[in-house]
Amino acid sequence: MKARAAELSTRGTRKAVEAGLGRRHRKETLFHMFGLLATAVGIVFLGIFFFSLISKGASAFTQTFIELEIEFSEEVLAPGGEPDLQYADYDALVRDALWREFPAVTDRRERRELTRLVSAAAGYRLRDAIAENPDLLGARQRVSVPASADIDMLAKGNIDRNQAAAQRPLSDRQLHWIDSLAERGRLQTKFNAALFTNGDSREPELAGIQGALLGSFYMLIVTIALSFPLGVAAAIYLEEFAPKNRWADLIEVNINNLAAVPSIVFGLLGLAVFINWIGIPRSAPLVGGLVLALLTLPVIIIASRAAIKSVPPSIREAALGVGASRMQVVFHHVLPLALPGMLTGAIIGMSRALGETAPLLMIGMVAFIVDPPSGFTDPATALPVQIFLWADSPERAFAERTSAAIIVLLAFLLVMNLAAIIMRKRFARQW
Amino acid sequence: MQPTTLALVLIALSVMGFYLGRNRALAAAGGPRRNLRLHSLPDYYGYYVAIWCLLPALGLVSLWISIEPRVIEALVVSGLPDAQRALSPGQLDLLLNNVRNVAAGAAAAGDSDTALKHAAASFQEYSRASRQLLAVASLGLATIGGVVTLRHISADFRARNRVEDAFLALLIIASSVAVITTVGIVLSVLFEAIRFFREIPLTEFLFGLNWSPQTAIRADQVGSSGSFGAVPLFTGTLLITTIAMFVSVPVGLMTAIYLAEYSTRRVRSVAKPLLEILAGIPTVVYGFFAALTMAPAIRRAGEAIGLEVASESALAAGVVMGIMIIPLVSSLSDDAINAVPRAMRDGALGLGSTRSETMIRVILPAALPGIIGGILLAVSRAIGETMIVVMAAGLAANLTANPFEAVTTVTVQIVTLLVGDQEFDSAKTLAAFALGLVLFVATLGLNVVGLQVVRKYREQYE
Repeated sequence: MKARAAELSTRGTRKAVEAGLGRRHRKETLFHMFGLLATAVGIVFLGIFFFSLISKGASAFTQTFIELEIEFSEEVLAPGGEPDLQYADYDALVRDALWREFPAVTDRRERRELTRLVSAAAGYRLRDAIAENPDLLGARQRVSVPASADIDMLAKGNIDRNQAAAQRPLSDRQLHWIDSLAERGRLQTKFNAALFTNGDSREPELAGIQGALLGSFYMLIVTIALSFPLGVAAAIYLEEFAPKNRWADLIEVNINNLAAVPSIVFGLLGLAVFINWIGIPRSAPLVGGLVLALLTLPVIIIASRAAIKSVPPSIREAALGVGASRMQVVFHHVLPLALPGMLTGAIIGMSRALGETAPLLMIGMVAFIVDPPSGFTDPATALPVQIFLWADSPERAFAERTSAAIIVLLAFLLVMNLAAIIMRKRFARQW
Repeated sequence: MQPTTLALVLIALSVMGFYLGRNRALAAAGGPRRNLRLHSLPDYYGYYVAIWCLLPALGLVSLWISIEPRVIEALVVSGLPDAQRALSPGQLDLLLNNVRNVAAGAAAAGDSDTALKHAAASFQEYSRASRQLLAVASLGLATIGGVVTLRHISADFRARNRVEDAFLALLIIASSVAVITTVGIVLSVLFEAIRFFREIPLTEFLFGLNWSPQTAIRADQVGSSGSFGAVPLFTGTLLITTIAMFVSVPVGLMTAIYLAEYSTRRVRSVAKPLLEILAGIPTVVYGFFAALTMAPAIRRAGEAIGLEVASESALAAGVVMGIMIIPLVSSLSDDAINAVPRAMRDGALGLGSTRSETMIRVILPAALPGIIGGILLAVSRAIGETMIVVMAAGLAANLTANPFEAVTTVTVQIVTLLVGDQEFDSAKTLAAFALGLVLFVATLGLNVVGLQVVRKYREQYE
């Protein structure tokens, strides 16, 4: 009897289980799909992100130029008989050349609109050209000068010519002129070297990232010079020498917390201590480097400690066994073996420092600075801050340049991280 | 002498000290062949001399350089005519700036301004004298250090132990830099915040509902009374953080589950690094994306279904911030899930549960503390995030819970209060430090609790 009852109940259980199986499997599939979807969200976002970035920014690496037939007339360049090539009125040459291109335009307002086709920096081009080749004086030659930002945007298809005239930055007449220049083959698209050789500017077609790159460079030098030795020394002490007491515990907790303190708070520290208290000038790469060094210190300490931990104890014991002191064990044996791991950590710390923006805003590195810095105490900006500044500018052309600057920044980060990965692979040891 | 040349000379001196010390030790032992009579390896005698040559002198130089500007300023001020010495501190600062510029040749003093010229001349004089004094003092200190230690050296001298003690001291100093940084943060923020609370009562700051930090610069100015009720900032921060968590927690958690339980090895080896790229993108880039791509997209989508969406809506900033935090949540959840013992998972599967049932009923409850600790860390990250909200959230302090409206956050206000030139002593700039204090305390609390929970939880299964 008992066996039969048991058999019946198992059969009942079995039935109940089988009845629920379809529902449970459907749930299982659903859960699986949710997981897939979640993973896809991140990756799809990454795709959209890079697509929008590159589609917006790639065009900033080229620039539209207008080729003009310039007459380097002595009347303008040497009004008193003696040529003053540094401060001559080159803009007049550009104007004359444009007016010669369109002799039908005589009205003053229209002529002013016409000159707005080329960049305000066109004159500098001519100055450079004549400085290179002084024989040009009195001659006539075709020179390509940068077009204004609006023309550049039009050529890249970022301005809709079918919009109502009042809403677009270019008038009907300007469109007509530019089309006729294009028909004559005077419009050229060249690599935008200015982006890499110029400092910041209010004119988008002149604005470049050289100053920002240099500022970031000086800052990172200060950062690595401070945070790497300090971080490695701290890691050595904590791993190899620190007694297991409350002080060591405090340092440990403290480092972990410091790694999670918002970066803007480090900026407040830099403002209060380095600028107001010690009196280092504002906007200097030195202050930025100091703040970023404190910011990356925990990252480097944590990575260095992991690297030291991965050196097997047998090596320490062997060295101690042949009579090395503890300091000799560390500096002769452990440190050389842990160094690749520490350097990997340092590179990752540096790539974080390179992308950091918020603390730099606090210490005044957001100023509009045209001249690239030539030292650690010159006012400067950094690449991410330049991105922030340009992102705020309403001109369409600046949005394009912001994307280009972001591409450059990401390229640097990519190179740094690749270097870290290669180093890790290359020096990774299995003990 | 310039500080850099001075440092180079000092380094050269200590290199010389190294060789002198080494040779002296070998001589004391009776020649290079008999160096086994020495207590330590010959190089340690050299290091010993070099350390005593270099470190005290370098210490003096850095101390001198950090104090020098103040001393010179005080000397210059004391030499000024009485009328100018009676100026207010702010005006005096301005004057000193002029003096410095004239002394550096960056600006020319007007011919009539003899006092300025005189001050600039004395400024130059003092700087030159100070640099000369510094050079003499530090080189003297280095020489004394070198000579005294050289005379110490004998065959029995325990040089290695001395050198190692010095190294250990350096290591200890390096490891306390992290602690000093924390103390520095606390002190600098606290100090300025206390000055702020002397002007604005703490209760008004913490419970006031109105935030408009424009203070009157002139006494007769109208309309800029300045009110510092920070509640709208707190709610704004909370709103954006909540939105970010609504995005990042489900997505991050499900990603971790999928990659740990369902995906093949190949998918995982591709998807994981891709997601880690998200964590490596600088926040200013996210900010740009939020402001120029996400916000207009959300606005258009809202308009399409008839919703009024502000162009700097909390939603855009929150969603992008959430995406930024996905890798953090997913990697911390991954750690927590992987820490659950294999036996629990196998037991549940062996009883016939499906993988999702194992996950939901067994593994997740077991991993919950670790996951919650991770979420706390993510919240702290979201609260302290600056660039995304500076670029994509608004400036107006609206007290609202509507994600389609513009709100402002604590970090945004810190940035707007401190960017640009202004007097450092006004309540407006000090308010930034008060907000910084709140931010620091809040994130510190979340971090301490979060890290503690994560660590306790990990130990539980070990």
